[in-house]
Amino acid sequence: MSGWRPAADPTDGLRERLDPAARSWLADALVAAAADPDAVRRAFPAVGRRLGRGPLRPADDPSDVHAWTIDDAGRAALLRAAAGDPARLLDGLLDSLYVHGDGAERRGVLRALDVLPARAVGDVGPALVRDALRTNDVRLVAAAAGGRYAADRLTDAELAQALLKCMFVGVPLGPVAAVPDRVSADAARMAADLVRERIAAGRDVPVDAWLLLDRHPGALAAAGVHAELDSPTPARRAAARRFLDSHPAPADGMPTPREG
Amino acid sequence: MRIFDPHIHMTSRTTDDYERMAAAGVRAVCEPAFWLGQPRTSVGTFLDYFDSLIGWERFRAAQFGITHHCAISLNPKEANDPRLREVLDVLPHYLEKDGVVAVGEVGYDSMTPEEDEVFAAQLQLAADHDLPVLVHTPHRDKPAGTRRTLDVVRESGIDPGRVLVDHLNELTAPLVAGTGCWMAFSVYPDTKMDERRTVQVLRELGTERMLVNSAADWGRSDPLKTVKTAAAMREASFGESDVDTVLWRNPVAFYGQSGRLLPEVSDEPDLAAVFAGNSVLRGARPEA
Repeated sequence: MSGWRPAADPTDGLRERLDPAARSWLADALVAAAADPDAVRRAFPAVGRRLGRGPLRPADDPSDVHAWTIDDAGRAALLRAAAGDPARLLDGLLDSLYVHGDGAERRGVLRALDVLPARAVGDVGPALVRDALRTNDVRLVAAAAGGRYAADRLTDAELAQALLKCMFVGVPLGPVAAVPDRVSADAARMAADLVRERIAAGRDVPVDAWLLLDRHPGALAAAGVHAELDSPTPARRAAARRFLDSHPAPADGMPTPREG
Repeated sequence: MRIFDPHIHMTSRTTDDYERMAAAGVRAVCEPAFWLGQPRTSVGTFLDYFDSLIGWERFRAAQFGITHHCAISLNPKEANDPRLREVLDVLPHYLEKDGVVAVGEVGYDSMTPEEDEVFAAQLQLAADHDLPVLVHTPHRDKPAGTRRTLDVVRESGIDPGRVLVDHLNELTAPLVAGTGCWMAFSVYPDTKMDERRTVQVLRELGTERMLVNSAADWGRSDPLKTVKTAAAMREASFGESDVDTVLWRNPVAFYGQSGRLLPEVSDEPDLAAVFAGNSVLRGARPEA
């Protein structure tokens, strides 16, 4: 199922996905990280080729941008080991691993924000999330916008932009932790404006728009979406009809926000 | 048909190129770090460039179903700028990355003492990070530059089987043929090599350790030259197996020595059959 994320220990389910050589490499790397956080720098780029890159949970779809991968879990585990207990502050390390990381390494840092103690992340987390949200790499956008960390730490305005960005680049909104509880009225208004813009162009609208619109049911009408049903342009009328018919809730009932 | 273009500068190309390459059978590429046409003046621009090779460009290629690898180095031309010498200090960080399958392109541009130093230092980095090396041969004074390149490789002690000597032609390829190094031909619209001459060299020297690339960049060049050379091989009565050897198996075998090929390439099921016993599958995913 998409949207699953480790509750606490990122190594849950990891060891059983590894062969003996990979397990042994990870065990050594965790010991080294606990002894000296800087040891993570050398191990971090190698995690994918040492442990694997497939879905952490075998049933997950490898193309699901929200699904944790084996290397995500491996990198999160290394950072947790480096943080230790009580947690050390790792802000400099996290920043450096992210800034000089490839796509997979950056995703690993972003995923780890969900499982690291707040004390280990310090103030650097939101800046990394904001950076990832400025990219056009869907895996980074999903890791940055999708997690509990973004849901807990971003402002309403930042989250509204993040959710719209997901709609734009095709990152599914259902598994995003901030949906539905932190969908603001402004996020719904922005989604409704996007819907109107797409309909005016005669284009299809991602069905995920409803996850934002249903939180604030007045937004759609305020944006003039229903008026498009009477447009003199046939393509606009048709696009409006297709969108309004795409609502996932029962036709006669109140729209029910889907679970995140 | 499947093609691995072992030398192409996709940073300088458009998405139209990626589309046409994918449609024509190009499934993997290696992008060596090089000179961007406009000289750089600081280490910082190199860092941004290297980050884009391992990040954005890899993602961009994946959108078109193409697996993008890269080679990282300080290029020969900019090795002459003292402001850029510190690039050598940041290379070790990148030479540990996934998908970084070689040190390159290194070698000579004008054969200056600075180029000597930087070339030797990067051959040592290749040994330190267990990576093969992509060597550029100079456009001017090419036969002398090729001989000097081979001397430096020999003196360095690196296994010649981990060295690919690039931009060869009918005069310089025979110099390399007996050394154990791999040989590559950059097929260009006007300069370097064309398809017909490349095929003639393959006839004379065989397909073993031979690679063909487009070296397409910001200049007049053609990212489909690999595909066109494959067609020219067929017209010259080379069989499909020979075409596959030059355009796919050889680049996979050469760069596979890094143990860093990305999964779409390193998980090719027939690699185990083709290259059983050599180092191609080193570093493959444990779960594969």
